[in-house]
Amino acid sequence: MTIAPVVKSVDIKAPPARAFTLFAERMGSWWPRGKTVGGKPHADIVVEPHVGGRWYERDEEGTETPWGQVLVWEPPARLVLGWQLDSSFRFDSDMLTEVELAFVALPEGGTRVTLEHRNLERYGEDAPRIAGLVGPGWGDILQLFASAADA
Amino acid sequence: MANAQRLSAALSALADPTRRIVFERVAEAPRAVGEIAAGLAVTRPAVSQHLKVLKEAGLVTDSAEGTRRIYRIDPRGIGAVREWLDAHWSAALEAFRAFADEQEEREE
Repeated sequence: MTIAPVVKSVDIKAPPARAFTLFAERMGSWWPRGKTVGGKPHADIVVEPHVGGRWYERDEEGTETPWGQVLVWEPPARLVLGWQLDSSFRFDSDMLTEVELAFVALPEGGTRVTLEHRNLERYGEDAPRIAGLVGPGWGDILQLFASAADA
Repeated sequence: MANAQRLSAALSALADPTRRIVFERVAEAPRAVGEIAAGLAVTRPAVSQHLKVLKEAGLVTDSAEGTRRIYRIDPRGIGAVREWLDAHWSAALEAFRAFADEQEEREE
């Protein structure tokens, strides 16, 4: 079973190379306040500019909270990030869904930025963890639910 | 919050042992009522009633295949995560657009 990916796009005035740079290298400047993983407001959100690079936030005290990793780094056209946050918005190294960004030049100038967040069926794997929180006895049932949802 | 409500509805639906067996049979593979009831010590109408409760709790969903009604697992729990991400990315991309356009205007 697969779950339809989340697909969004926006048109911006800058050309693709600049759009890519602003998106990846200035994420801390545009990312909505309060929509982060750490307990404190973010000072910066860093996407290290290479495959395997870390994706993390840093608060004003310098504490770093991981979000995931860079899977594809192909400026100016394509960026794929591994989003390793669970459904409670917490980092989980065992969890990975893909967020792909495409930067396409528009004929009239500017860039269409399209985002696709896929592999959402992997959130079915959260079920056993939820089962752990609600107490013993339900684990097997939710495990079954998870494996069926992933099938 | 919606997730918590769904989980609570699912857990209370699964509190009944027979209903739990019915759900496990659906979870193993998509099945029709007759296949689910086979070998169980409950009547077929009783199984239908259990399926109705499971459906209301968002645990199973059904669809018509020819003359048969097939029951399968409902991924709505995952759907709730998807709804949340959908709203999240809308807000994030809009924030990006506002920021990028402001930067661009500054350069012009």
